[in-house]
Amino acid sequence: MTKLVVDQAGYQVEGRQIWHDISFELHDGDWVTVVGPSGGGKSTLLKAIAGLQDITEGHIFLNDEDVMRLPIGDYRQQVSYATQSAQLFGETVRDNLDLPYLVRQQTPNEQQQIAGLEQMDLPADYLDKAVTELSGGERQRVGVLRNLLFPPKVLLLDEISTGLDAETKQVIWRAIHALHARERLIVLSVTHDEGEIADAQDILTIQNGEGARRHEQSN
Amino acid sequence: MNSQINVSNWSLALAFILVVISLVISYRQKLKLEKETIISVVRAIVQLIIVGYLLKFIFNVDNWLLTLIMQLFIIYNAARNGKKRSQGIPGAFVISWWGLLLSTTITMSILVLTGVLKFEPYQMIPVTGMVAGNSMTAVGLVYRSLNQQFRDQQGQVFERLALGASPKLAAGEIVREAIRTGMQPTIDSVRTYGLVSLPGMMSGLIMAGVDPIHAIKYQIMVVFMLLSATGISSVFASFMAYRKFFNERWQLQLPKK
Repeated sequence: MTKLVVDQAGYQVEGRQIWHDISFELHDGDWVTVVGPSGGGKSTLLKAIAGLQDITEGHIFLNDEDVMRLPIGDYRQQVSYATQSAQLFGETVRDNLDLPYLVRQQTPNEQQQIAGLEQMDLPADYLDKAVTELSGGERQRVGVLRNLLFPPKVLLLDEISTGLDAETKQVIWRAIHALHARERLIVLSVTHDEGEIADAQDILTIQNGEGARRHEQSN
Repeated sequence: MNSQINVSNWSLALAFILVVISLVISYRQKLKLEKETIISVVRAIVQLIIVGYLLKFIFNVDNWLLTLIMQLFIIYNAARNGKKRSQGIPGAFVISWWGLLLSTTITMSILVLTGVLKFEPYQMIPVTGMVAGNSMTAVGLVYRSLNQQFRDQQGQVFERLALGASPKLAAGEIVREAIRTGMQPTIDSVRTYGLVSLPGMMSGLIMAGVDPIHAIKYQIMVVFMLLSATGISSVFASFMAYRKFFNERWQLQLPKK
């Protein structure tokens, strides 16, 4: 069971209030689409939930524990943040897919890595391909795969399909939907994509510094 | 020491023509470096006169405590200079101080314990200056490399942190590269010793009338010593300073210049 609670959270930077008094509660299997105008703080909210930035007011709880008190490294393994135009690091794809193992003090499992690549429609020999040789779409697929190798409890997707071709989009979403159905993880997805917004049943709107959630019961 | 070279005050004054040449170039080419040149020259002359008398005094007194204090003073000055090159890395003075103290202490102790040098002021002070000076340059390069890399690779570091990496894991490559940057100039300059330049200590000894075969022994000692000093100080400064780019919540925080 996973429960993520955002309680009266606010974020200020250099004296400017980005948003305030945002509260919501998420449980296993919830899929929330986050919408709102650019620069409204959607991305900041996701980074704050990931512990990559700290909120200046309120609290965030994972399974009733205040995120500020949890060991931050373990927390980020469970609450995984993926961004648009993923930056790959190191020299090869392998360097990127090794990190999730190294973070968990595990030996990288090549079979799992190859299975992951294949799920993303990339051939096995891409493991040793230089990151500089990848196309934008391939880079994003490897980027997202890093977040999926060890299924997190909460997956934070920050416009991960913006600017991608239809095929890459489909491959990435298929992988995420499969994982969501299997592991019942919580997904928070920021998007500007009309189609995605139209399909969404659970929408969180961040606008004018406030958050409003609208949940359509599907049955 | 027999003084085969003894520059008379008169010939030194005439050699001031060399400065005039540089001033004329600056003036003609509108480089606007005249004022800076004059200030630097005057500063250098004053500082060297003071140091000359100070060294003469210390050599005459020949007291181990005074020698030690002078060595610490050299390290302190080098550390302050190291801090200046840190572009706002928090705690840079303390890191530089301990890094330089460590590299100088280890290097000098080995030289004294192996009998290469004697703990006498006329040997300790100039060699400490060389060791601390080269370590200072190395530490400065390490800071610049860290600043540069953390700015350039902000995105990659961020992604690693987002996947749960510790600052150590997220900055591993950056730290290694910073250490390399700190040590590289020493390795490069050592490689061309004797081919391009006769290094400082050897030139000095030869000019003072020492047999070149004897002088190279000292120069070889200098090579060993500089490799150790820049190595130790680069490793120490890199490992201490990279942490300053993160807060305790494992978030990247670039120093404000």
